[in-house]
Amino acid sequence: MFAYIVRRLLYAVPILIGVNLLTFILFFIVNTPEDMARAHLGDKYVTEEAVQNWIADKGYDGPMFFNNEAPGVEKLTDTVFYDKSVKLFAFDFGQSDDGRDISSDIVDRMGPSLALAIPSFLIGVWVNICVALMVLMFRGSRLDKTTVAVFVGLMSISYLFYIIVGQYFIAKVSKLVPVSGFNDGLDGWRFLILPVVISVLAGIGSGARLYRTLFIEVSGQDFSRTARAKGVSETGVLFHHILPNAMLPILTGIVVVIPMLFMGSLVMESFFSIPGLGSYMLDSIRAQDFSIVRAMVFLGSVLYITGLILTDISYTWADPRVRLS
Amino acid sequence: MEFETFKTAVLWTDYLIWFMVAIIVFFMLSLRKSPQNSEKWKAVFSTKLGMSTFIIILAYVGVALLDSIHFRKALPPVEGQTSTQVYYSNDVNSVLDLMLGEMGDNNERTYSAPFSLKSWNKENIKQSDGTTVRDYPELKHAGAHLEEGDGQAADILMQSLLALAKGLALALALIAVHRLWLKRRGTLNDLPWSTAWITFAIIIAFMTWLISLGNLYHVLGTDQAGNDTLYESLKGIRTGVLIGSLATIITLPFAIVFGISAGYFKGWVDDAVQYIYTTLSSIPSILLIAALVLLFQVWVDNNPGYFEVGLEKADGKFLALCFILGITSWASLCRLLRAETLKLSQLDYVQAAHAFGVSHLQILWKHILPNLSHIIMITFVLDFSGMVLAEAVLAYIGIGVDPAMASWGNMINLASTELSREPSIWWNLSGAFFLMFTLVLAVNLFSDLVNDAFNPKTRLETA
Repeated sequence: MFAYIVRRLLYAVPILIGVNLLTFILFFIVNTPEDMARAHLGDKYVTEEAVQNWIADKGYDGPMFFNNEAPGVEKLTDTVFYDKSVKLFAFDFGQSDDGRDISSDIVDRMGPSLALAIPSFLIGVWVNICVALMVLMFRGSRLDKTTVAVFVGLMSISYLFYIIVGQYFIAKVSKLVPVSGFNDGLDGWRFLILPVVISVLAGIGSGARLYRTLFIEVSGQDFSRTARAKGVSETGVLFHHILPNAMLPILTGIVVVIPMLFMGSLVMESFFSIPGLGSYMLDSIRAQDFSIVRAMVFLGSVLYITGLILTDISYTWADPRVRLS
Repeated sequence: MEFETFKTAVLWTDYLIWFMVAIIVFFMLSLRKSPQNSEKWKAVFSTKLGMSTFIIILAYVGVALLDSIHFRKALPPVEGQTSTQVYYSNDVNSVLDLMLGEMGDNNERTYSAPFSLKSWNKENIKQSDGTTVRDYPELKHAGAHLEEGDGQAADILMQSLLALAKGLALALALIAVHRLWLKRRGTLNDLPWSTAWITFAIIIAFMTWLISLGNLYHVLGTDQAGNDTLYESLKGIRTGVLIGSLATIITLPFAIVFGISAGYFKGWVDDAVQYIYTTLSSIPSILLIAALVLLFQVWVDNNPGYFEVGLEKADGKFLALCFILGITSWASLCRLLRAETLKLSQLDYVQAAHAFGVSHLQILWKHILPNLSHIIMITFVLDFSGMVLAEAVLAYIGIGVDPAMASWGNMINLASTELSREPSIWWNLSGAFFLMFTLVLAVNLFSDLVNDAFNPKTRLETA
C-alpha cells in the first residue's frame, strides 16, 4: 500500500513537469512577453521603452531556458523558466500583475470557496443518491419513466439559466435572501443558502440519473436476485445489497472531485460575489493576468492528481477485494 | 430592370459543416450494410420518441445548413461611377436570411416588448405643432401594415390563422408525397411514420407562423441594439449546431489514432499516449480553454490581414474556439477507445488474423475500427449537448463566441442585467433559452435511445 502510494506520487512528477512545460510554452513562447506588455499597456501609443520597462519589471527579460553568461549552476537557475515555472513546485507563485502576493491571495480565498463548495457537494451527493434510490423503488413503472424524462429535461437546461432565474425570483422578487455577497463566520449562511440550493438543483438531473443507472446495473446482478428470492424485503435489498455494491462506481466519480472543491466554482462565485478562488480565476482571465492563471493551472493539476490517487486508495476501503500493488 | 448580382462568400465553418454532413451520411450508408447495426438503428427509430426527436434534430441541422450558404450582395453603382467594377456589400447574408425576409433588417432603436407597437423607453418626441412630449415612441417596423383604427389583436389572430393554414397545407403536401413514395416501396408500416409526420407538420406550421408574423411584428421583441430577438435566436441555431458537432469532429482523428495505437501496440506507445492525455486532462479545462482563446485573440489582433470582412474574423475565432474545445475534451474518448482496443486485440479473430500474417494496418482497419464505431458514435452524440451548454458558460466568462456572431450564450449572458430592469426584459432570455433547451433536450433523449440500443448493459431490467 505504502509502496504503491509512493510510486503513484513519483508518477505524478513527470505529469506536473509536462503541465509546467506546456503552460510555459503557451505563456512565454507562443505569447511572448512583448505581447503581454502590449496587451497590458494598451496596443497603440506605447513606446518601445515602456514595453521594455514593463518586461524588466516583471522579470521576463532574462534568457528563457539557458543562461550562457551566468556562472556554474546559475546557468540554469538564472532563467525565466526557473524563476517563473520551476518555483511553482515549491508553491512559490510570485506576484500578480498588480503587485499582490499570489500565494497569500490563494490562502485568503480558499475559505469562502470551501464554504460554498463543501455544502453544495455534500448535499448534492446526498440528494442525488436519495432521489435515485427512490426512483429505483418504482423501476419499470410509469412514475419511473416520467422521472427519468424530468431528469433529462433538468439536464438540458443551461447552468446559467438556473442561476439567473433563481437569483431573480428568490432574491430579487420575493426578497427571501440577499441577492449576493459574503460574510465570514456563522452569519454568512444567509448569503450561501441560495447558491447552494441552486447548485444542488442544477446537478440533480445528471447526478440522479447517473446513480439510477448504476443502481440498476447492480440490481440486475445475481446476488440481488438471490437476496430477493430468499425473502429479503425490497428496502433491505436496496440498502444492504444494492447500495454497498454500487459504492465503488459512485466513489470513482466523487473522490476525484473532492480535492477540486478547493478551486471553487467559477460561475457561481462570480454571480453571487463570493470572494473565492473561482472568482479569482475569472477576474484574472478577464484582466489577462497570466501569472495568476499559471499559478491556478499548476494548483489545479496538483489537486486533480491528488484526486486520482485518493480514488485508488478509497477503492480498497470500499471494496476489500481490491488490493493495490 | 435591376439586376441583383451576388458573390458567394464561403466561410471556413461553411466548408466544415458541409464536409461533416457528407461524412455523417457516408457513415450512415456504410452502417446500413452491416445487418447488426441496421438492426440496432431500427430499434432506435421504431420508438415514437426516437422518431420525433430525430425530426427535431434534423430541423435544427437543416436551419444550420441553410444558414451556411453565404453570399455578399452587390452594391448598386455609385452616382457618377465610371468603371464597371462591381462592389460588394460588407454584410454577409445567408440563404436563411432570404427565407426570413425583412426580419433581419427591421431594426428599431432599442428594446421593445413582444408584439408591442411602442418602444420600451420613453423619449422626447417632437409633435407637429412644435411642442415636445415625453412618451413611448412608435416602432418603425412593427404593425406598419395596420390602418388607423385596426384592432391589433384581431390582426394578429387573422394573420396567425392564415400563416398556420399555409404552413399546414405545405406540410400536408410534402407528407402526402412521402407517403405515396413509402407505399410504392412497400415500407409504410416499418417505422412509426405518423409520429414523424406530426412532428414535421408542427415544425413547418410553427416556422411559417414565425416567419410571416415576424415580418409584421417583433414576435419576440427587440434587444438593446434594436435587433429583432426572434431573428437573433434563429441565427443562433447555426452557432449552436456547429459548436456541438465541430468541436467533437475536429479532434476525432486524434482521439482515434492515439487511442487505437495505444491499445493495439501497447509498450512505449501506450505509455506516451497515456502521458499526453493524463497531462492534458489534469489541467483545469476552463483555464486551458481561456488561455488558448486569449492567445488566439492576441494572434488575431497582430495579424488583421487574414480576414476580409468582420464576419470572417468572427468565423476564424469561432473555428479556433471549436478546436480549443475539442483539444480539451478528446482525452475521455481516447481513454475509452484505448481500453476497448486493449480488449479487442486479445480476441481470437484478431489473434487468428495475426497468425495468417495480416498486416497491422489491415487488422486495425478491418477488425478493430468497425468494432469501435459505436463508441465513437455514442460519444459524438453525448458530447454534442454538453458543448452547446458549455458555450453559454464560456460567453459568461468572456471567452465565448465573438459578439458579431449571433449566439444563445451571449443572449443568455446579457439576461442577468436585463431581468432586473424595470419593467423586466424577459424576451431575450426566453428566445435563446427555448431554442437551446429544445435542441439539447432532443439530442439528450435521442442519445439515450442510441445508447440503450448499442449498450445493452444499461438497458432497464424490468423483471
